[in-house]
Amino acid sequence: MPRRRRHSDEYDGGRGHKRRRTSEPIEIEDRLESLIIRVGEKSTSSLESNLEGLAGVLEADLPNYKNKILRILCCVARLLPEKLTVYTTLVGLLNARNYNFGGEFVEAMIRQLKETLKNNLYQEAVYLVRFLSDLVNCHVIAAPSMVAMFENFISVTQEEDVPQVRSDWFVYVVLSCLPWVGKELHEKKDVEMERLLSQIDGYLKRRVKTHVPMLQVWTAEKPHPQEEYLDCLWAQVQKLKKDRWQERHILRPYIAFDSVLCEALQHNLPPFTPPGHMPHANYPMPQVVFRIFDYTDAPEGPVMPGSHSVERFVIEENLHCIIKTHWRERKTCAAQLLSYPGKNNIPLNYHIVEVIFGELFRLPAPPHIDVLYTTLLIELCKLQPGSLPQVLAQATEMLYMRLDSMNTTCVDRLINWFSHHLSNFQFRWSWDDWSDCLAGDPEKPKPKFVKEVLEKCMRLSYHQRIVDLVPPTFSGLIPAPPIFIYKYTEENSSLPGYAMSITIGNAIKNRASNEEILTILKDVPNPNQEDDDDEGETFNPLKVDVFLQTLLHLAAKSFSHSFSALGKFHEILKNLTESDEGKLHVLKVVYEVWRNHPQMMAVLVDKLIRTQIVDCATVANWLFSQDLAHEFTRLFVWEVLHSTVRKMDKHVQKIQEELERAKDRLEKQQHRRRNSGNEEDMEKASEDEEDGDRSSEEDEEGGGAKSRSRAKRSSEEEEGLEEQIDRLQEKVEAAQSQQKNLFLVIFQRFIMLLTEHLVRCETSSLDFRTPWYKNCTERLQQVFLTHHVIIQQYMGTLENLLFTAELDPHILNVYQQFCALQL
Amino acid sequence: MAAKLNALSSDSYIDMSRYRDQHFVGELSAQEKLLQQSHTLYVGNLSFYTTEEQVHELFSKSGDIKRIIIGLDKIKKTACGFCFVEYYTRTDAENAMRFINGTRLDDRMIRTDWDAGFIEGRQYGRGFFGGQVRDEYRRDYDPARGGYGKLAQQTRTQEGQNTF
Repeated sequence: MPRRRRHSDEYDGGRGHKRRRTSEPIEIEDRLESLIIRVGEKSTSSLESNLEGLAGVLEADLPNYKNKILRILCCVARLLPEKLTVYTTLVGLLNARNYNFGGEFVEAMIRQLKETLKNNLYQEAVYLVRFLSDLVNCHVIAAPSMVAMFENFISVTQEEDVPQVRSDWFVYVVLSCLPWVGKELHEKKDVEMERLLSQIDGYLKRRVKTHVPMLQVWTAEKPHPQEEYLDCLWAQVQKLKKDRWQERHILRPYIAFDSVLCEALQHNLPPFTPPGHMPHANYPMPQVVFRIFDYTDAPEGPVMPGSHSVERFVIEENLHCIIKTHWRERKTCAAQLLSYPGKNNIPLNYHIVEVIFGELFRLPAPPHIDVLYTTLLIELCKLQPGSLPQVLAQATEMLYMRLDSMNTTCVDRLINWFSHHLSNFQFRWSWDDWSDCLAGDPEKPKPKFVKEVLEKCMRLSYHQRIVDLVPPTFSGLIPAPPIFIYKYTEENSSLPGYAMSITIGNAIKNRASNEEILTILKDVPNPNQEDDDDEGETFNPLKVDVFLQTLLHLAAKSFSHSFSALGKFHEILKNLTESDEGKLHVLKVVYEVWRNHPQMMAVLVDKLIRTQIVDCATVANWLFSQDLAHEFTRLFVWEVLHSTVRKMDKHVQKIQEELERAKDRLEKQQHRRRNSGNEEDMEKASEDEEDGDRSSEEDEEGGGAKSRSRAKRSSEEEEGLEEQIDRLQEKVEAAQSQQKNLFLVIFQRFIMLLTEHLVRCETSSLDFRTPWYKNCTERLQQVFLTHHVIIQQYMGTLENLLFTAELDPHILNVYQQFCALQL
Repeated sequence: MAAKLNALSSDSYIDMSRYRDQHFVGELSAQEKLLQQSHTLYVGNLSFYTTEEQVHELFSKSGDIKRIIIGLDKIKKTACGFCFVEYYTRTDAENAMRFINGTRLDDRMIRTDWDAGFIEGRQYGRGFFGGQVRDEYRRDYDPARGGYGKLAQQTRTQEGQNTF
């Protein structure tokens, strides 16, 4: 059975005629890769003897495969940071045997570091610098030259007019290396290191931290403060220093080889000047450290390292790295997490659960897709059925207890995770434990959370299942049965549209054409008709109501039925929604009939936007309208809003991509025309040409006529392309204008609502800090954070039109926190 | 940063299975090319009672769904335990293969696989009795999939007739 490889450039439809000829160098390269990657994994021999053996093999292969080995080692430094010390030891052993190789490796690493910084790969750059710093421990790099590199990094804090996130990153890199190399550097260069640390201290003291509240999962300081990441790391390093740099968690295979390594000659790092700030640089965002557990939560077994211990930092870093490496393969990822080296000395399950939730709740967005975490936790439960589920239940309980101060966006993710998790375990949960949510204000976070969870559980099963699931006391939190609410029933035969609804219903059932139905609809009386409106041009809400209610009622059976109905009667719907009022009314009707089935509402709104019956701004206005005011804090409202903004974003992107492709084609065409004298180029160009028809056509013509007609055709093509580009450019601008307008609508409505609330509370002398207010403010934050990339483009307009100094400071504060993120 | 490690780029959850549609019109290589580029997933081992809504809720977790086609018994025109889920992008479909395949829907472990693309007619079971072929030969009792397999049901009826 041939080894399977996922390389699309090699894939040949299974036939093998394009597969590379299996030749020796390729096999050996694969073998070397495999040997290097697998070292340190479960083995009958000790790690030390495996490293010794591998060093011998690689040394022997150096004469023939030096470049390959260099490449592989540089890759593992960048891509397997969780095995840092294993590979630095390996490099140390190689350097001891072959000084030149050591030097070439260091040079290659520096080249790689420059590349990663140039390409905004800051996370990988951290791993490379950490690798280099650990090479000091392996006697490959001389300590003074490492200190010099750190000094250059810290000098960035003296730069003026650069984003704080830039200098933050350079400080972070230096601090994050110290758990590995702090001891060695202090022994060799204590004066310089002291100076470095005091410079860092000064920088951290003058840093602006307006952004922190926006990134915290909980607003409360108890039981664990949610610290800004640099503050936390600084505290950890200071504690390490107090402990005289004794660090006991990191696995250091090089210690066993000390006698060999200390005989090796060291290399000096070349002077490394940090690249200057570029406008398009994309520095990592600041973060807040997620903490849910401390040593009191893991009562039996090994003690959990404290929040300011450097061990905690190292464990969390390594677990994050493992997820980053293996995220695509959930079984491998779970296995790798559970076989973390050093697991016997720490309550590993607690660390794993904390790290996973930390990623899931990270603001603005988790590093990986949300559903990964659900599935990963399920895999972990499968591998450790006797211990992990309990830790997970404990964490869930703690998360529930702290809901009151949890950021709304994080609560959303918790709802989605918990309901999906339960659906994999027959929805078994001790709901009675949470009966405290039944007392008091139903708008408080706990009852709202349970309500939303039950709603999501219902979507994954069915209504009766949920009724049977929860204790009778919880019946008030069960969602309504998701049934259609039809206005034009027999009991309501006195309604103005009743008769018409029967007529329309019959027409639809009898497969009347769109024209026939439109004719019937002409007769619907208009309650809004103005006296002087003879043409009947005033918008007629009853028309929309009767038609749409009837149609959706007939199609209520399933999503597919409803989609089919919308598609079939698209023409009529377009006719009825020519005006903005019409568009808004369609949404009103959808809500009226499907208000007990938010899932159906969401998919219908999605379809209505995609088929251009309503537009994004109308949806935004509808969500903020009075009709939905009492639903404003429900999750489905925000799911629809964010989905709408994403659709707008994808629409703009799509047109931009079309424009780029057209520009590329024009460039190619112009290049071709410039070389039109050269027959060879034309031949080659026709081969490159994507449009196969054109080249075969050209081949059929004869002689000199060929190049003349080609030239004519190519200039015609160019004109056509230029026209197309102009049109696309206009389209892009129109789409961007629509997008900007959408954000203006959303932010304007937020400001109106919040201002109203604040004014009302002030005049009635009430505390404005209600659950609704917290929810609304955090929803505003959520819009900024979730769509920050696009919103950045429109900051100028937002500041000039909306977020001006006249705004209430509480509202303006959200905007200022967002700006402080310097995204 | 072009340098990659072959051994680290394993992504086995999005690999194709060995199943190839015997009714596919065209060469095997054409089918495989479509599978490689597909945004459509076949979803199997559903309960007969699993609804489009439930499928939509679960599979939306990896991205926006373009459409769902519930598989039907060819004779009865009722759900017969499979469906197709089509995404707008390949990435979303890949994430479904990585994170939704092999988890539960309606208390059943469901299975997803790449599909070459929906064509009218493919929503029907291809078994002799109208449902899926796998339900013809199944010997176990599965209340969510019509009880015993169809052939096993036939045998049971015959046995019932013979014993007296």
